[in-house]
Amino acid sequence: MAAEADSRLWEVFIRARNGLAHQHAGSVHAADAELALQAARDTYTRRGEGVSLWVVPSAAITASDPAEAGTLFEPGTTKPYRHPTFYAVPDEVGHM
Amino acid sequence: MYSQALDQHDRAAPDAEPEAALARFQARIDAEEKIEANDWMPAAYRRTLIRQISQHAHSEIVGMGPEGNWITRAPSLRRKVALLAKVQDECGHGLYLYAAAETLDVSRETLVDQLLTGRAKYSSIFNYPTLTWADIGAIGWLVDGAAIMNQIPLCRCSYGPYARAMIRICKEESFHQRQGFEIMLTLARGSEAQVAMAQDALDRWWWPVLMMFGPPDGESQHSDQSMAWKIKRFGNDGLRGKFLDATVPQARYLGLSIPDPALHFADGHWHHGPIDWAEFRRVLAGGGPCNAERLAARRLAHAEGAWVREAARAHAAKSADALAAKAA
Ligand SMILES: [Fe+2]
Ligand SMILES: [Fe+2]
Repeated sequence: MAAEADSRLWEVFIRARNGLAHQHAGSVHAADAELALQAARDTYTRRGEGVSLWVVPSAAITASDPAEAGTLFEPGTTKPYRHPTFYAVPDEVGHM
Repeated sequence: MYSQALDQHDRAAPDAEPEAALARFQARIDAEEKIEANDWMPAAYRRTLIRQISQHAHSEIVGMGPEGNWITRAPSLRRKVALLAKVQDECGHGLYLYAAAETLDVSRETLVDQLLTGRAKYSSIFNYPTLTWADIGAIGWLVDGAAIMNQIPLCRCSYGPYARAMIRICKEESFHQRQGFEIMLTLARGSEAQVAMAQDALDRWWWPVLMMFGPPDGESQHSDQSMAWKIKRFGNDGLRGKFLDATVPQARYLGLSIPDPALHFADGHWHHGPIDWAEFRRVLAGGGPCNAERLAARRLAHAEGAWVREAARAHAAKSADALAAKAA
C-alpha cells in the first residue's frame, strides 16, 4: 500500500504586473494553503515574475476534455459576423 | 464564493486610524496602483463600485430587450445572425459585470433582486421603444457608439476586476457599432421610404443618446469622489463632447440631419443645443415610455426561470451525494 500522501497538488497563478489578471504558472506540492503559497513563491517567483500569487487546490479544478475541444469550441470559430471586420464601413467615415 | 475564498488570506482592515488607512488608500490610487478584490478599501469606495458596476450590468441585461424585439423580424439572414450575435454579447457583458461586482462581496441574487424590485437603476436609454428596423441601426451606431465613449476610460478604472471586464467588453463593442452603422448606411442609400425611416430613427434616438452621458458636470451627484478615486476619468460633458465630434461627421456622411437647430461648430468642436434634463429625470425615475415593460420582461424571465434554477440545484445536490457515496 502506498504511503499516505503528506502533501497535495496546488495550481499556481501569478499576477505579473499591477492591474493584470493572474495567469496560470504551474503547480506545487504542499500540505496546506500557506505552505503552498510559500512553495509557489520559492518555485515560481525567483526573478520578479509577479506582484501577487494565488494557489488553488488542483482537485478543485474542473477541466474541459481536450478530446472534445473540436466540437466544444466550433461555435466560436464559424461566426465571422461576430468580428468588426465583417461589416463594411467606408474609409471616409474613419475609425469605428 | 470568490471574494470569501480570497478573504481567507486577507488581512482585514488595518488597525490603523481610518484617516491613515484612507490616506494610504488614496496614495495607492494616486500612484495608479490597481485595487484588487482582497485589498483593503474604504466602505464608500466599495459601495460606489457595487452601485456603478451592478447598474452597468443591469443596463447590459435590460438592453437586450429593445434589440431582441427585432431578431425575429430582421430583414435578412445576415442581419438576423448579426443581431443575434450582438444581443448574445450584451448578455455576456452583463455576466462579466455581475461577476466583477461579486468580487466586492455582494451576491448575484441581491443584485438581481435590486433590479427586479426597482431599487437599482439602469441606463435611461433602454426605456425607449424600438419602433422600426432602422432603430436597430440607430442603436448600434449611436447607443453603442456612446457606450464605447463611456467605457474606454473605464478600462483604466482603479478597481482591477472592473477594469479588466471593461477591456474585454470594449474589444467586443466595435462590431456592435459597425453593424449598426452598416444598417444605417444601407437605409440611407436606399429608397425614399428607407431614408425616411433612417431619419426618423435618428430623430427619436439623438437626444436620449446625448443624455446617456449623464447630467452636466456641475449637477452630477457622484462625480467628484469618483474622479478622486479614479473610478471615473472624465466628466460627463467632456465625454459627451467627444461623442459629438465623432458622430456629427458620420451623420453627415449618411446624409441625415441631426435634430438640433442649435448644433454648431466652434473652436474646433461641435456643440449641441440645450438638453431636456427634465425628460432624463422623468425616464430615470420610471416615467419613460417603456420602463414598466422592461421591468415586467425581467420579472417574467426571472419567474419563468425559477424551475431551471431549482432543477440545477437538485441536480448539483444529487451529484454531490453520488460523489460522496463513491468516496465512502
Ligand atoms: Fe454591451
Ligand atoms: Fe454593445
